[in-house]
Amino acid sequence: MKVLTANFVTCAVKDCKTSPASFPLHFHDAELEQEELEFQPEFIRNILPRIDWPALCTTANELGFPTLPESKPEGDKLEDEQTLKDLHRLLLETHVTEGKLACANCGHQYSIKEGIANFLLPSHLV
Amino acid sequence: MEYLVRFAQTHETFRRPEIQACAAVAGVDIDILSYNEFSPYCVVRLPDEAAARAVAQRSILVKDIFELWGEGANYEELHADVRRRTEHRWKDYMNVPFKFMIDYFSGTRSQEKKGEIIKSFSYMGFKGPIRLKNPDEEFWVMEEYIDDVEVSALGVSRVEEPRKIFLCRKIAESCREDILKYDLKKRRYISTTSMDAELSLITANMALAAPGKLFFDPFVGTGSFIIAASHFGALTMGGDIDGRSFRGKESGKLGIYENFDQYGIKSKFIDTFTSDLTNTPLRRTGVLDGIVCDPPYGVREGLRVLGNRKGKPAVNVIIDGVPAHLRPGFIPPKKPYGFEALQNDVLNFAARSLVTNGRMSMWMPTTNDEKHEFPVPMHENLEIVSISVQPFHTWSRRLITYRRLPEGQLSDISKARKKMDDQGHSADELNAFRRTVPYAQRPWDSGQLRQTKPQRDRGLM
Repeated sequence: MKVLTANFVTCAVKDCKTSPASFPLHFHDAELEQEELEFQPEFIRNILPRIDWPALCTTANELGFPTLPESKPEGDKLEDEQTLKDLHRLLLETHVTEGKLACANCGHQYSIKEGIANFLLPSHLV
Repeated sequence: MEYLVRFAQTHETFRRPEIQACAAVAGVDIDILSYNEFSPYCVVRLPDEAAARAVAQRSILVKDIFELWGEGANYEELHADVRRRTEHRWKDYMNVPFKFMIDYFSGTRSQEKKGEIIKSFSYMGFKGPIRLKNPDEEFWVMEEYIDDVEVSALGVSRVEEPRKIFLCRKIAESCREDILKYDLKKRRYISTTSMDAELSLITANMALAAPGKLFFDPFVGTGSFIIAASHFGALTMGGDIDGRSFRGKESGKLGIYENFDQYGIKSKFIDTFTSDLTNTPLRRTGVLDGIVCDPPYGVREGLRVLGNRKGKPAVNVIIDGVPAHLRPGFIPPKKPYGFEALQNDVLNFAARSLVTNGRMSMWMPTTNDEKHEFPVPMHENLEIVSISVQPFHTWSRRLITYRRLPEGQLSDISKARKKMDDQGHSADELNAFRRTVPYAQRPWDSGQLRQTKPQRDRGLM
C-alpha cells in the first residue's frame, strides 16, 4: 500500500467516519519498500490539493521519513522539481508491504499483506 | 472546418458520446453535423486540423478522420461541391506525391469503373507523382450505399447506386489498433468477467481518462477498466470485496500488477485493496477524477456485501479467548444484496468521491422487454452525460456516464423512480432482473450467456 493511498482511506466502520480520530489510520509494524517509478510531476500537481497535509505529516513521521514542511507546498513551490520529486518518492514510490493500519477511534486494525490492505469488516462492525 | 469521420460500424450508440469525450479530453469544441447509425460516415465541425488529429487519435470507435472536400447525392453534385469548397487550394497539391483511394460502405465497383471515378477528378490538376506507398497526401472517395441492416430495420429498399458520396483528404488514423494490444487472449491475468479490450478502452474514454488524473474501480476484478484508464495515462486504484479476484492464484505475484507490467504501464498503478463498496474505506471527500466500473449484478457473479444473512445475529464471536475476526484466515460473512440498492450505493459513492466535473462511467444490464426495462439510476449531484446500449439476444447492457456537478447545482432527477431496496433475502427476491426472466430462459443458468454475441457485431474493423 502506497503512502498516497493511506492519505485517501479512513476507517471503514460507518460510525467512525464522522470522528476526527479515525483519520489518518495509524501504521503499526510497517515494513517498507521503495520502488523507482517514472517521474510524473503532472500527477503530483493535480493530486496535491486533495492531500490532507497534516495527515500526511503524521503518516510520514510514523514511517520514519524526515519531517515534511509544516504547510503544503503551493504556488511557485509546485514548479520546483526537487519538491515534486520528494513528494513523488513519498507518495508513489514508498509502499508498506506488511503491517497493520489502526483506527484511533474504534481501535479496529486492518492488516496489510503482500502490499494489499484488507478493509473488510466482521459482521458486528458493519 | 468540416471533417469527415469514418467510424467502425459497430457499437453504434457508443460512437457519438465517445467522440465527444475525445474532444473534451483534447479540449476542443466539436459539432456533429450529420450522423446516421447505419453509416460509418459522419461529418463534424472542428476548429482546425490539429484538433481533428487530436480527437481521432484518442478514439477507439473512429477508424480515421479526413478533411471534407465535397459531398453530394451523386457525382454531379459532388464535383460541384468540390469546386466550390476547394478550388482555391488545388494549386497547393499540384506537385505533391499522392494517391487516390475508393472506400465503399455496403457496395462495390468494378476495376474499370473505379478508374473512371478517379479520372473524373482530373480537373483538380494534380500532377503527382502518384505514389501508392507512403504518399504525402491521400485523397479518398467514399461511397455510401444502403446496408442490409438498415433495409431490415427501417424497411427501406436497397439501392444500386450510392446515396451519398464524399471526397476528402486523409488527416489521421485513430488508436483503434490498441484494441489488439489489449486483447484478452494475450493478457497474462484474466477471469471469466474480464471486460473485452474494445469496450474497456471506450469506457475509459467516456470517463475522460488522461495523464495526471486519478481513477478508481470499486469492483476492480482483474482490472480491465483501470488498465484501460492507465493506458490513457491516468493513475489508478481498485477495490474488490474478493481480494482473490485481483491477487490471483500464484503466491508472491499480484495478478493485476502482472497486467500493468505486461503493457509497460507499471508506473500508473497505485494500489488495489480488499473492500466492500457499501463499507468503503475511502475518505468522504472529492479525491477521484474518474470512476470506471461494471458493478456485479448477479448474472455471472453473485451479488454480496458485508453482513450476516437474515436471522444470524451480528455478535463479536470469541474463539479460544480471541475475537474470531482477529484469527488468521478469518473470512467476514457476506449477505446477498439487491442490484438496485447497490446502484444507489455506487451513485452516492460517486457523488461523494468525484471532484467537480469528474466522471463516472458505469455499466448496468437491462432486459430487452420494454415493460420490465430498468430505470436509469439518477442522483441529484450527478448529471447524465450519455447512455449507450450494447444489445444481446434477450438482454442488453448500458454504459451510463455521469458528471459530478459543482456544489449548488442540481440535476433534475424527478424522472427517476423513487425506489427502495426490494423486499426479500435471497438473490432472486432481491433482484428484479432475475425475476423478470423465466427460469427456462436464464442465460446465466444455461451457459448461453458466454456464447451470446452482440446482435450486430461485425468484427473488429
